[in-house]
Amino acid sequence: MKKIAIEVNGKKVSKEIQDHTTLSGLLRDILNLTGTHIGCDTSQCGACVVHVDGKSIKSCTALAADLDGSKVTTIEGLASNGKLHPMQEAFKKMHGLQCGFCTPGMVMSAVDLLKNKKNPSDQEIRDWLEGNICRCTGYHNIVAAVKEAASKM
Amino acid sequence: MASLVGSRVERKEDKRFLTGKGRYTSDINIANQTYAIFIRSPHARAKIKKIDTSKALKSSGVVEILTGEHIAQDKIGGLIAGWAIRSEDGSEMKCPANPPLAKDSVNFVGDPVAVVFAETLDEARAAADLVKVDYKVLKAVSNLSEAMNSEAIHDGIEKNLCYDWLLGDRQKVKEAFEKADKIIKLDINNNRLIPNAMEPRACVIDYNTASEEITCYTTSQNPHLSRLIMSAFGGVAPENKLRVVAPDVGGGFGSKINLYNEEIVCSWASKKIERPIKWVAERTESFLTDTHGRDHITHAELAVTNDGKFLGFKNETIANLGAYARVFGTVTPTYLFGPCATGVYIMPAAYSNVKAVYTNTAPVDAYRGAGRPEATYTIERIVDKAAMELGMDPIEIRMKNFPTEFPFKQTLVHQIDSGDYVAGLNKAKEMADYDGFAARKKESESKGKLRGIGVTSYFEACGIAPSPVVMMLGCGVGLWESAEVRFNPTGQVTVYTGSHSHGQSHQTTFAQIAADELGVPMENIDVVHGDTDKGTFGMGTYGSRSLTVGGIAIVNACKKIVNKGKRIAAKMLEASPDEVDFKNGEFVVAKSNKKKTIGEVAFASYLPGVRDEVKSPLPEGDEPGLIESSFFDPANFSFPAGSHICEVEIDPETGHVKLDKYTAVDDFGTIVNPLIVEGQVHGGLAQGIGQALYENAQYDDSGQLITASYMDYTMPRADDLPNFNLGFTCTKATTNPLGVKGCGEAGTIASTPTVMNAVINALGGKEISLPATAEKVWKACKEMKKSNAKAA
Repeated sequence: MKKIAIEVNGKKVSKEIQDHTTLSGLLRDILNLTGTHIGCDTSQCGACVVHVDGKSIKSCTALAADLDGSKVTTIEGLASNGKLHPMQEAFKKMHGLQCGFCTPGMVMSAVDLLKNKKNPSDQEIRDWLEGNICRCTGYHNIVAAVKEAASKM
Repeated sequence: MASLVGSRVERKEDKRFLTGKGRYTSDINIANQTYAIFIRSPHARAKIKKIDTSKALKSSGVVEILTGEHIAQDKIGGLIAGWAIRSEDGSEMKCPANPPLAKDSVNFVGDPVAVVFAETLDEARAAADLVKVDYKVLKAVSNLSEAMNSEAIHDGIEKNLCYDWLLGDRQKVKEAFEKADKIIKLDINNNRLIPNAMEPRACVIDYNTASEEITCYTTSQNPHLSRLIMSAFGGVAPENKLRVVAPDVGGGFGSKINLYNEEIVCSWASKKIERPIKWVAERTESFLTDTHGRDHITHAELAVTNDGKFLGFKNETIANLGAYARVFGTVTPTYLFGPCATGVYIMPAAYSNVKAVYTNTAPVDAYRGAGRPEATYTIERIVDKAAMELGMDPIEIRMKNFPTEFPFKQTLVHQIDSGDYVAGLNKAKEMADYDGFAARKKESESKGKLRGIGVTSYFEACGIAPSPVVMMLGCGVGLWESAEVRFNPTGQVTVYTGSHSHGQSHQTTFAQIAADELGVPMENIDVVHGDTDKGTFGMGTYGSRSLTVGGIAIVNACKKIVNKGKRIAAKMLEASPDEVDFKNGEFVVAKSNKKKTIGEVAFASYLPGVRDEVKSPLPEGDEPGLIESSFFDPANFSFPAGSHICEVEIDPETGHVKLDKYTAVDDFGTIVNPLIVEGQVHGGLAQGIGQALYENAQYDDSGQLITASYMDYTMPRADDLPNFNLGFTCTKATTNPLGVKGCGEAGTIASTPTVMNAVINALGGKEISLPATAEKVWKACKEMKKSNAKAA
């Protein structure tokens, strides 16, 4: 067991956790932040992507015990004061989601892309999102949504 | 009020999904819940000699361990095939028992034999490792082409044959073939796929010891049907003591139609241990135990004249059922496949013969398109081959054989109510710049690349209903759909549907329809589905049936509401119901300014006698309230159709196939929400392209699934696909009041042959099996080079 203190979506959290608790496990099972999804357990699908200290990572293969002192943002923390983030707005406008299961990871990944590249091309968007699998949309509207968000941010 | 049908309305469901507030089954936790881990067979085929749970039972945190013996003791029934298919000789199909936990024998890797319930997931996992199962391993039947000549897997099922089915007339086909100038022959596979909804299957069970009611939260496409099967066949509990809830479901694609072992076992066990139970599949469990799709071997022949007219068609197929026959397992390779195998063409004579066999692999069932992709792949590949052998253009040969008059009686079963195949193909040809292909091919060649173009024209039979037809064909239930529309006294509307959304956007589309019918703003309409305690009954969502069957039930229920509303408004306005018109949410007396809004009428209906203008607004014979329901059973399937064209560029040095351009032109009749329909097409295309280029479920000779993770099973990713170029034509369906046709599966149905036709075109007609992986294409390119060198 290890005690860690982290900040999740702007709130300070201090928890005693098992050594093998993953960040996704901490978020979902201990903090009840179930917006972060587990789709594969092997860091292949990207449904679990969150931001740690501003960078997107796959939370299903990050050990929570390693993250003492870090700042975590999940899909629940993206909107502020009830106003959707431009990326969330764009996914809605362009129908970039269907069943919604991959969406939290996809959105968190896309937000990080725009931090790195302000106006990515279609190919750059597709390359960046290669680690996030979506089975519903065929990615067409996801790419459109990221471009839409880039134009608004 | 402008009509909402036809508008690109943004989705009502998006906000919760985009803010992490969706509620999927694995998000649900119940106080005091236990965690389930299933112990699964590591062997494809074995006898269970002994299961020793003694050590595991003493493990920390273990609450209970149950096996097939307990299932048998409690007489819990198993999983079933939903369709009874007869062989050509009239004999009934042969189906093995499929108990929820195997007791005597296991038949595929992943077949569950026992289950551990413990206080924590870690404890359940640790205890599961201590359960000792002694197997006598038998030789597995894992190869489809050898299954009929292998040892029988199930007692009494000779040749592993479930049925040997025929649709069509062998004699007529023989005569047609005798008249042909040329017989085109094709041997193809239809590769096995794993649906891979992004949400792994899960169930959370809550047993209420006071009411003795079991609530099963589960990842299902049809919760009512799951409850029915679990009750009627599983004997878990009577339906009134069993509530099945499918909350937000993260994709299905057919894999969540079936009721599965885990739902039966956990529902039954929850009552036994008097504790809630949570089970969530790991991805590899999903790979191993979700129903798989496709998996055919087909020999087809097409009889043609020298000028490209089709005379007759033969389809001889062996279909893999996997280890057991499940709900749509037996109908997918027969009635969902055979009739569509003659494609969009006038085909004077045809038959489809299908032998469905058991193998020691996961059960095969409906996967997006279910039978129709396999059918379309068969006909569209052989039509292309015919064009090539006759030296004709692939578009010309298709045009030559299209029907141009509707209704069109298709060769084997269907009476197609409407369509315009010529318009669709012409539009696709123009959008794809078909005529510019030669120049683009030249350009690719100048870079050392190969370029190919592929065409597919398809129709499909979906909107799976009507009850009299499906029951005649062997379905165990009628496939209608129900809806209930309730006005609250204060004017908001709740629509209950038996249909289920797991990505299809029912909350938006159905609200658009109801808003148009009732003249109530969409934001005041809630669509409720997925809970057997809410709404009457439903047959669920599959076969592109939600809108064409479930949506129409909503329309009809709304029409009943309006009719009752007219009677009430007439009484309130002191007019006769015949004089009252309903438009834009208002009941208006003809040639007057007297009117009532539907909200006022709804309010009045709940408060008979309180309104001051009349003593009671309710006419004689009408009961209070404004609630109506409808069961809709259409007169026919719906028949979407279209033409797709794609171009690929192949690098002969690596075998990499770049999907360069993809154009899809579809006819879905009336489109309620273009934004959503386009999304359905995009997703369908990605899955069909995945089948053509990437996806393949592979078992080894011992029956081990060697593609059981995302490292081994290639899912199409963002950088594998292009942007899609979509177009639509419209001929309205004549069998429903909206004129709608199903749109959910079309993309999957058309895209696999489109891509393969393009790949094979690029390879100069060289046949290649599905999927066209870089390795296979590279080898084909090498051979091409060799034979070109020889010819030179």
